[in-house]
Amino acid sequence: MSDDMDFEEGGTVKKFMFVNRKAPYGTIYALEGLEVVLISAAFDQDVSLAFLDDGVFQLVKGQKTDGVEMKNFSPTYRALEGYDIEKLYVERESLEARGLSEDDLLVDVQVMSAAEMGDMMSQQDVVISF
Amino acid sequence: MKFSIMVSEGPYTHQATDSAYQFAKAALAKGHEIMRVFFYHDGVNNGTRLTVPPQDDRHIVNRWSELGTQNNIDLVICIAAAQRRGLLDENEAKRQGKNADNIAPGFRISGLGQLVEAGIQSDRLVVFGD
Repeated sequence: MSDDMDFEEGGTVKKFMFVNRKAPYGTIYALEGLEVVLISAAFDQDVSLAFLDDGVFQLVKGQKTDGVEMKNFSPTYRALEGYDIEKLYVERESLEARGLSEDDLLVDVQVMSAAEMGDMMSQQDVVISF
Repeated sequence: MKFSIMVSEGPYTHQATDSAYQFAKAALAKGHEIMRVFFYHDGVNNGTRLTVPPQDDRHIVNRWSELGTQNNIDLVICIAAAQRRGLLDENEAKRQGKNADNIAPGFRISGLGQLVEAGIQSDRLVVFGD
C-alpha cells in the first residue's frame, strides 16, 4: 500500500501497474492484457504500464499481421493517451537484448533500467502481470 | 486480510490454478478472507462443468465450486475471455443462440471491471499465471 493513497468522491485511487511480458502475437496475453488496461481507465485509478522481456515487441513500429490473420492491435497503444493512460515504462535491458531502441517504438515511453523498474513496481498497490 | 486472486491458466494444463487453489485454502485456514477469484485468459476453463478428469485425479472445477460455495467466494469468469473459449451460462447461451451452457455451480460470468474492482477493494490481489 502506498502511504499517499487518495480518497476521492468516487472512492479509493490505487496505483495499478500492468506488466506486459509477452510478444504481441503467438499467445493471447498481450491482446487480453490490453483489454484490461482499457477497462481500468473507467475506474479513475493511477494506471501505468510496464513492458519487459518479449513484451517490448508489443510497442514496435510497423507491425503487419495480415499473414497470420490476426488483428494488428498496436494502434491501440497510441490511443491510450486519450484514456489518460500516459505512464508507459520500458525496460532498457529488454530492449537492448533484442537489438531495439526507443526509436523503434510507436509511442513515447520512459526507458529505465531493470533496477529502476523494480523500484517502480515496489511503489504500486496492484501489479497485474500478463 | 482481504485477498482477491486472478487465475490466468487452464486446469490440468498448468500449475497456476493448483497454486491459486492451495493459496486460497491456506489463506482461509489462517483466517483471511478471499473476496473474489477472477478467471482470465485460459483460466476461464476452470469454470466449465463438463470436465471429466480421471477418477484418481483431483477434480479442479468441482474443487473451486466447493471452495467458493463453502466460503462465500465470488468466482468470476471474464465474459470476453469466456466467449472466445466457449464458456457460457444460461443467459449467454440464449443471447448467443447456442443450444447448451456449461458454467459450473458457484461461478458467474461478468466483465473485466470485476478484476479492477477486486484490485481496488482488496488489500492484496495475487496473480497466478505463466
